Amino acid sequence: MEILSILIPVSLLLGGVGLLAFIWAMKTKQFDDPSGDANRILMKDWDDKPKQ
Amino acid sequence: MALAEVEHGGMAACPACVVAPMAAAQAQVAARGRLMLSLPAAHCAACISTVEGALAAVPGVASSRVNLTMKRVSVDADAEVTAEALVAVLAGVGYEAHELDAGLLSATETDKQGRELLMRLGVAFFSMMNVMLLSVAVWSGAEGATRDMFHWISAAIAVPTVIFCGQPFFRSAWAGVKVGRLGMDFPISLALVLASSISLFETIKSGHHAYFDAAVMLCFFLLLGRYLDHRTRAVARSAAEELAALEVPRAMVLVDGAEVVRVISEVAVGDLVRVRPGGRMPVDGVVEAGASEVDRSLLTGESLPVFVGPGTVVAAGEVNLTGPLEVRVTAAGRDSSLHRMADLVAVAESAKTKYTTLAERAARFYSPMVHILSFGAFGYWMWATGGDLRFAINISAAVLIITCPCALGLAVPAVVTAASGKLFRKGLLIKHGTALERLSQVDTVVFDKTGTLTMGAPELVDVGAHPAWALQVAAGLAAGSSHPLARALALAVQAEGVAAAEVSDLREVPGYGVEGQWQGQPVRLGRADWCGAAPLDVTATYLRAGDQTQAFAFADSLRPGAEAAIAALTAQGMRIKLISGDVPGAVAALAARLGIVDWVAGALPAEKVALVRALTAEGCHVLMVGDGLNDTAALAAAHVSISPATALDAARTASDIVLLGQDMAPIGDATRIARQATRRMVENFGISAAYNVIAVPLALMGAATPLAAALAMSLSSITVSLNAMRLK
Repeated sequence: MEILSILIPVSLLLGGVGLLAFIWAMKTKQFDDPSGDANRILMKDWDDKPKQ
Repeated sequence: MALAEVEHGGMAACPACVVAPMAAAQAQVAARGRLMLSLPAAHCAACISTVEGALAAVPGVASSRVNLTMKRVSVDADAEVTAEALVAVLAGVGYEAHELDAGLLSATETDKQGRELLMRLGVAFFSMMNVMLLSVAVWSGAEGATRDMFHWISAAIAVPTVIFCGQPFFRSAWAGVKVGRLGMDFPISLALVLASSISLFETIKSGHHAYFDAAVMLCFFLLLGRYLDHRTRAVARSAAEELAALEVPRAMVLVDGAEVVRVISEVAVGDLVRVRPGGRMPVDGVVEAGASEVDRSLLTGESLPVFVGPGTVVAAGEVNLTGPLEVRVTAAGRDSSLHRMADLVAVAESAKTKYTTLAERAARFYSPMVHILSFGAFGYWMWATGGDLRFAINISAAVLIITCPCALGLAVPAVVTAASGKLFRKGLLIKHGTALERLSQVDTVVFDKTGTLTMGAPELVDVGAHPAWALQVAAGLAAGSSHPLARALALAVQAEGVAAAEVSDLREVPGYGVEGQWQGQPVRLGRADWCGAAPLDVTATYLRAGDQTQAFAFADSLRPGAEAAIAALTAQGMRIKLISGDVPGAVAALAARLGIVDWVAGALPAEKVALVRALTAEGCHVLMVGDGLNDTAALAAAHVSISPATALDAARTASDIVLLGQDMAPIGDATRIARQATRRMVENFGISAAYNVIAVPLALMGAATPLAAALAMSLSSITVSLNAMRLK
């Protein structure tokens, strides 16, 4: 049963990482244009000098 | 109640915006030099790169970004770059674009409310998953210290989650309590609070049962319903705002003989305004100089253009057809007749919000029942156990959790989301939350004629009946005018394969017609009195060559899908009525063409309202379809209303549903889908009631374990969502 003292924090940590990733994605407005983002990945233009 | 809260929250964020929303937004736009264009045709990756590439090539444009979901592009540019220039650039690469009033759209840009709900939903999901894992261990028989540890960890996750995620429910429950009303949110809040605190108490006393998983699951499912509801409303609102933003209201004011473009709100009474041919009157006023014809069809329903000259009174919303007019302003902005009409609509609107939705009716029946059951259980077990407070509270918490309207909270939003998504793809925008339900009750459909069943664009009838010379000369003369009748005539003759005659000295006489020389004799095309012809009782233009006259009659071209829509509605057993402000001849012809038996011509706006009211008094549920100012009051008075996107602003505001495309056929689908959606809602209520019927007796007897609660809750929520998705 001692293994629980490792496993529970680990599982909480992993879930927490997922939650933080979700909150970060939302704060940086990544859910504002879902269909645009889905299509942008298919664009053929090669950007030599992406914006910094 | 959710809506009220949403609007309230949005307002509180910026009190200044409430006082002067337009001013604040405009200041913002000016500072950033940001332009917003709508791109209705954008749909793929290639569209994004073409549009962004074309805009990047324009000097002065810093950056542009296409939002494909909203079908918009926002452009950061220097102040000298105008929207017209960008629209022209986009037209050059094959994209239709319209300028949007960025000020009106700013509210949707920072959609804080939605993001906040999504955040709470994410947190609730995280907690639910973790607490559920921990609960599985307890359910499978963890004992003593292990169980206590699991309960403590669950408590550490669940209590903060409930406090954070439950806020929307707590807030609206409190708002309800303050005005002495118990909505659906009160039992929800009570269940959340009671479940968390009783579980915490049990954990401290190292008891057997804790309902942490139920509390967070409840939070998650209810937030999901809330979020779906919010999304549906937000999409409808942003599309409705886009329609409003399309009409950037400006007027050309003459200051010391020079033309200055001003926003309508800055035009004052007594100013002189110039209205170009093809433009819409921005204000009410009296014509000072110029002669022309105006199209009043949006205001009165008459399809025949009316002559105006110096001294004629014109109203905002009329379209100037032939010559430039100078109009002395008698009323502008809020005082113009257009706006006074819109105020009338606001009064009628308030009557419409009195409609009680299915969900409200369910909540009204359901809310007291939950409390009675829960307190009844508490009282009974207090008596039966001889005053065991802990056991009695446990039972009443279990009853509250089991009966909690998890499925009810999802039952309506899931169906409404599915149905409005379906209708939006068909080109119908549901503006009002209860419109779908009201649409499903409709048994009578009242149509307006001009601009609704017809396009408001004339079409020459009986091209073959006119002598060839007349067609040739008329086409030659028509080439010299941009009047809608002249253009329709030229098009019809061209389609017939007849070449236009050579007419020299073409001259347009604003308000009367066109004249010129043909084979040495003067020829005229225009109004009957000017050409010396006998006027017909339908829309017509007249040709005079020498001493011969020829009349060309026009009919309004039918809106595409009008026949299909009427056929579909008739097949559904609807009673169909046509009410128009136009002359009997034109209305009768159209009614015959569409197979409508029941029609009224020459109806004044007040008569239209009276007719709709009379039908309502007979017990009919009326669907009104109209577009003009003369329909506005009737649209507001009807049980539910639809207007095309080309309708006047006031009419669109008054109606519950907007038809985005030109095609009218989706109206037939709309009534069918609305009926189906309402049936699904009722089914969903039935499903969640069925789960309650099984689970509530268990809970009352004290046999409901946390596992049973979790099962009942998730199963009912999933069944309800699946049922909603069955919508075809």
